[in-house]
Amino acid sequence: MNILSLFILVPVLMLLGFIPCKNIKQVRTVAVIGAVVELIMAVALLFLFYKERAIDPTSEMLFYDDSITWFKTLNIKYAIGVDGISVLMILLTSIIILTGTFASWNMNPLPKDFFMWLTLLSVGVYGFFISLDMFTMFFFYEIALIPMYLLIGLWGTGRKEYSAMKLTLMLMGGSALLIVGIIGIFYNSGIESFNFVEIAKNGGIPIEAQRWIFPMTFLGFGVLGALFPFHTWSPDGHASAPTAVSMLHAGVLMKLGGYGCFRIAMRLMPEAADELGWIFLVLTGISVVYGAFGAIAQTDLKYINAYSSVSHCGLVLFAILMVNKTALTGAVMQMLSHGLMTALFFALIGMIYGRTHTRDIRQLGGLMKIMPFLSVCYVLAGLASLGLPGLSGFVAEMTIFVGSFEHADMFHRVLTIMAVSSIVITAVYILKVVGKILYGPVIDDHHLELTDAVWYEKIATAGLIVCVAGMGMFPGWISNLIRESIPYL
Amino acid sequence: MNDINMSYTLILLALPFLMFLVLGLLGNKMKPLVAGVLGTLSLGVMAAVAYYTAYQYFFVVGKVGEVYQSLPVFNYEWLQFYGELKINLGIMLDPISALMLVVITTVSLMVHIYSLGYMKGERGFQRYYALLSLFTFAMLGLVVATNIFQMYIFWELVGVSSFALISFYYTKPSAVAASKKAFIVTRFADLFFLIGILIISYFAGTFDFATLTDPDAPFIGSAVGATFLGGTALSWALAFIFIGGAGKSAMMPFHIWLPDAMEGPTPASALIHAATMVVAGVFLVARLFPIYVGTTVLEIIGWVGAITAAYAAIVACAQTDIKRVLAFSTISQIAFMITSLGVSGYGGHDGLGYMASMFHLFTHAFFKALLFMGAGAVIHAVHSNEMKDMGGLRKYLPITHITFAVAVLAIAGIFPFSGFWSKDEIMAAAFHHNKAIFALLFFAACLTAFYMSRLYYRIFWYDNNKDYHHKPHEAGPTMTIPLIILAILAAFSGFVPFSKYITSDGKAFEAHIDMLVAGLSTLAAVGGIVVATLMYAKKKDAPNKFTQTFPRLYKWASDRFYFDEIWLFVTRKIIFDRISKPIAWFDRHIVDGFMDGLAYVTQAASDKIKGLQSGHIQQYIFVYLIGALSLVFIFIFFIAFLLS
Repeated sequence: MNILSLFILVPVLMLLGFIPCKNIKQVRTVAVIGAVVELIMAVALLFLFYKERAIDPTSEMLFYDDSITWFKTLNIKYAIGVDGISVLMILLTSIIILTGTFASWNMNPLPKDFFMWLTLLSVGVYGFFISLDMFTMFFFYEIALIPMYLLIGLWGTGRKEYSAMKLTLMLMGGSALLIVGIIGIFYNSGIESFNFVEIAKNGGIPIEAQRWIFPMTFLGFGVLGALFPFHTWSPDGHASAPTAVSMLHAGVLMKLGGYGCFRIAMRLMPEAADELGWIFLVLTGISVVYGAFGAIAQTDLKYINAYSSVSHCGLVLFAILMVNKTALTGAVMQMLSHGLMTALFFALIGMIYGRTHTRDIRQLGGLMKIMPFLSVCYVLAGLASLGLPGLSGFVAEMTIFVGSFEHADMFHRVLTIMAVSSIVITAVYILKVVGKILYGPVIDDHHLELTDAVWYEKIATAGLIVCVAGMGMFPGWISNLIRESIPYL
Repeated sequence: MNDINMSYTLILLALPFLMFLVLGLLGNKMKPLVAGVLGTLSLGVMAAVAYYTAYQYFFVVGKVGEVYQSLPVFNYEWLQFYGELKINLGIMLDPISALMLVVITTVSLMVHIYSLGYMKGERGFQRYYALLSLFTFAMLGLVVATNIFQMYIFWELVGVSSFALISFYYTKPSAVAASKKAFIVTRFADLFFLIGILIISYFAGTFDFATLTDPDAPFIGSAVGATFLGGTALSWALAFIFIGGAGKSAMMPFHIWLPDAMEGPTPASALIHAATMVVAGVFLVARLFPIYVGTTVLEIIGWVGAITAAYAAIVACAQTDIKRVLAFSTISQIAFMITSLGVSGYGGHDGLGYMASMFHLFTHAFFKALLFMGAGAVIHAVHSNEMKDMGGLRKYLPITHITFAVAVLAIAGIFPFSGFWSKDEIMAAAFHHNKAIFALLFFAACLTAFYMSRLYYRIFWYDNNKDYHHKPHEAGPTMTIPLIILAILAAFSGFVPFSKYITSDGKAFEAHIDMLVAGLSTLAAVGGIVVATLMYAKKKDAPNKFTQTFPRLYKWASDRFYFDEIWLFVTRKIIFDRISKPIAWFDRHIVDGFMDGLAYVTQAASDKIKGLQSGHIQQYIFVYLIGALSLVFIFIFFIAFLLS
């Protein structure tokens, strides 16, 4: 069996493992064991990938397998394979699932059901990243979306039904565009295949078809990547979602959007991207600045972070649309970086909320004195977000900026400078929050009795911080791994 | 040339970083004193390494023929972009980086020792030492950078350690506000720095200083060729990079963060906001000097410096918080260095301004650190920053008094103290370049002598019979020894023959004392001191009379000419109220409202249609018949249409 299929098999086994569980302890045991196994597999995959790459330096996708056909009429295959980018995305997913498990240690009520849905979601995500067949990819994409509705609707807070419905409907709207786009690609590819590697190699989509398929697929994935003006599911969705779901959603699921955009929209329809890309480039440019300005005015911690995600994910799509190697490398790095630090943010916000029962920055103050561990972690997450060197955000953003600046024309230059200016705006809202909730005097005397992080929370946050700092200090191998995966640019 | 292995210089970066990690992660498990001593010892080692490195560089390996070379000691490829564009982390030794190594480690060591006493018993003592280590690491990384991107990286790290030290007393709202202001203002300036880097590296195809500082490099031609809004790409890039430097070095109009930064612990102010970090902008321009030379941008830099020098000197005269007086004096003195670069040429005696700037950076580091630490000792003794709570302290704090007096004489530029030598060279360079700039500097120099003497008298004389609740007393040896060492440096560091070692093109030249200029500036210094002595040596009514004669001027100066208010207006009223809030509203009500509206319309439509699924067979048949009939009619018309 192909090693990649294990990434689907293990979560499925976990699902079975949850069934006999009687109490939260057993549920946790299964969840942690499963997540650890996945993380080990992801790390092993990285090393196997290097080994395999040394033997086979030319194939685009390694561990390639398309022997299983599951719908002959339309030539739909269970085609899998990975390149450096997917390996990194799988690694990111496994890190976030593990830390998310620790962050939802005391899930209440119905912990079993919660973890089952969460695991089903992870099946979808892993499946998406290993698939090469667009239909299979879409299939896994939908698997990842549906649990989201229940996870937010049942375990969420605030206006959860509304948010869950909104998120699902908007993303489904994106899916509708997407499936039309995918079918369009199938019939116009010239080789009647859903396999995007095959199409890129042997097929070709005529420009007339590209003109309508490109916007559809880009928009379809772009909704998930919080493309302005289709980002409004994100603030409400994140605000209502329980901690682990926010972490997974902002950390990984939003990355599906960017990943799909460059794998399918940009890769298969380069001519249309060249022709129409500027429209989306303007939209993403707006996302970057607009999200950042939007974050300044918010008062709910999760809303601040959701708008900040709009800004950061906007930068991912922005870089993808720059269509050059450096910018795209930066885009993938930004996906990783944003995934890690946003998961960290949501974990911390969940922990703060769990103690103080508020996320309103006006009701919080002086937490540094009360919970120094969590506060220092929050500061670090903030510094990563505003792009401090030594943490992950910096390397990703700089790669994007330098790459974008490779374009010599005024249009790209102006947009790039606009995007660069977000580093200041980000600093404003990050420091505003840090200064308000962590520093200063304690506002609410009840908060004085609160305690600092316990061991499982420390694992979750420290684990993510190590990753954020590790990526920020040793970015070379990640950058090279991504660069080597995009030889066609 | 480089047959001596100098990779031991890596210790200079590795040790402080290690110390930061150790103290940051394990600090809380240690006794405060252990953490402090550990930090101080490591700094001692680093200072020794830095001195040895500087010695090696200046006297053994640095010179090839008659010219000091830049030696890349170590280079590690950190992050690749495209082509030759990659970020390396490395160590480069050249005259100015070797100079900075000495300055930084010396002042940092003094601050480390001094803080053992000053910060004793403070909550977060270990954190303080961890941050000092982080700062030292970042600052050293900045000065030894081999390429401009490495410099930017450490530039940001310096900024964040400054932020963390300003907000050291994080429960105090004013400290938090000050730290935010410092970070955001400098970050705003850094934005331009980054854009400047992007532009210049695009043309040069590299970040490496070796290419960037080569005045004959081919990229300069192409960068000059491309124009934008009337300026060449090169001048835009250089101007933007200078804005970055102006942010860190608190040049107008970015100076507003520095006075507020005094909310941090005094020794940290001495290190960061007086001696080292704030001269990063000067260092940046000096580093890229060969491509700045002869451009209009350099001319502008000279003017920015001169105006800032005069402005800050005026404001310093009207401040009553002793640390703020020192902060404005720092702004003014750094502006001297910037101006000096602005009026300099390249090579030989033309590069006098360059040499003078570095010289002043060197001497200023010692006397300004001394002033801050002396002020710290005073604050430690009387528990206040305000002049009104001081007076007659010379009886209680004899060591502080004498060392402070040395520093005042040095900064005022009295022969033979160190400030005299370096400031005189700056004046000479300005005098021969542009008389108007010289006039501004001359004016600033007069005021410098005046406000520093005022400060000195207000602290140590003035109200000689002041009643103190607790009798002030001199601090312990951990605080007085650094004062004495720095006083010696402040007195004698002017005798270093700078023009032999640090020049714009690496070749030694003879710098002479220009008697005319020296006479003028001594006159200015003595004049300032005499006036201050008349006004402040004893408690008198003269100062009040003066302020009452010019109430408007005094008010404006003491309110710093309302620069803070302008910035506040722009950030609060325009960015927050006029941009950010409307965007948030627009997002909630228009963008999201549209989506919600879509959902509402769908739901309403389905509500309307759902009546059709009534389950009444008669109704279904009725609709069916109408539909069928319509189809038949359409069909008939269609046939008729085809046949006609």
